[in-house]
Amino acid sequence: MNDAPVAADSRTGQAWAVLATVLDPEVPALSLCDLGIVRDVVDTGAGLTVVLTPTYSGCPATEVISQSVVDALTDAGFGPVAIEMRRAPAWTTDWISDDGRRKLREYGIAPPGPVDASAGVPVRLVGRRADAIACPRCDSLMTERLSAFGSTACKSLYRCISCREPFEHFKPI
Amino acid sequence: MTASIQLHQTPQLQYLLRLGDTCLILGQRLGEWCGHGPILEEDIALTNMALDLIGQARALLTRAGQTEGRAFDEDQLAFLRDERDYRNPTLVELPRGDFAFTVLRNLMVATLLKLLWQKLADSSDAELAAIAGKAVKEARYHQQHAADWVLRLGDGTDESTRRCRTALATLWRYVPELFEADAVDEAAAATGLGPRWADVQADWNAEVGAVLAEAGLTPPALGSYRSTGKRGVHTEHMGYILAEMQHLQRSYPGGVW
Repeated sequence: MNDAPVAADSRTGQAWAVLATVLDPEVPALSLCDLGIVRDVVDTGAGLTVVLTPTYSGCPATEVISQSVVDALTDAGFGPVAIEMRRAPAWTTDWISDDGRRKLREYGIAPPGPVDASAGVPVRLVGRRADAIACPRCDSLMTERLSAFGSTACKSLYRCISCREPFEHFKPI
Repeated sequence: MTASIQLHQTPQLQYLLRLGDTCLILGQRLGEWCGHGPILEEDIALTNMALDLIGQARALLTRAGQTEGRAFDEDQLAFLRDERDYRNPTLVELPRGDFAFTVLRNLMVATLLKLLWQKLADSSDAELAAIAGKAVKEARYHQQHAADWVLRLGDGTDESTRRCRTALATLWRYVPELFEADAVDEAAAATGLGPRWADVQADWNAEVGAVLAEAGLTPPALGSYRSTGKRGVHTEHMGYILAEMQHLQRSYPGGVW
């Protein structure tokens, strides 16, 4: 787990520090650790095994992410590095760190709200109103959704009525 | 030309193929909208959903290949089967039609898959349960997207209402197949692999029915026709979609990006 106690000077602790510099290819404001997709780093003696959890079933960045993890750790002298994809428990935007949420906002993407609020609640199909999302630039709540899907599956498109800028929202999932 | 693979069609394999092929073929149909959406935002939305479905299909076909026993991988299963070995319900192979047809079908299929994923999260197959735990989150967004559009178009202009009615009249004939009981579903229920699709019929009727009612759309009366895609007996549309999907792998065996 991300928050598992790891001694910073241990081999795995140093590997975590390297991974904190590897950026997500689709949202380069965030590191893979900010995003919460690095679930574990295991020292196998001969090398390292990094456990990753995919964000979306069809995320086209998955292969690139695996390769960039292998490259970064190999370059830092940790090789050989193996990747293990772990599907369960499913990734949730709740695993994005507070630091990651701040970086998203600064990058111009409205961060996701908590998933717990909607978990277990039946999907409301009729008479539903989209949640008010604060503009990442001017904080106005006077925003409107343009499209439920954005440039990637994890985001939706919004427009701020106050400052008139378009922006993306990282959907809670 | 690469030869087709032949599968031992056990009930367990057929159950996984029904799920995997539903995602694969609908994903292919939605992918056809790339560059053809009525507005840019919807072009992006439909192809994003196609990507989710293809991702789900990859995981399901990988699992199906593992259980089949001869280590066929996702690509072999997606591209090297004969038509009769695809087990998707006929509903998803119908040509994409207009936008009304597409969003109505998406409502039907996303509702079905969401309800199945919810139950499959407790599957006795840990890998299938893990796939379901991820996919259910995606299906919720697909269902909401489709429902928003069915409401907007069904209760919209004369033209959008007319198109929705026409689409519903065509699509509704393919609904009974989704919930037909058979030995594959019975075996899955008995082993804890997953629910009978009929087990989610009442919830499906309630959720889809609520959206149609609010949109002012009334399903037509059903005749005696029953589609048979889940048994591998498809409409003529299936041959065309497979020809397009399989062309590259059949012509250039093992070709990769």
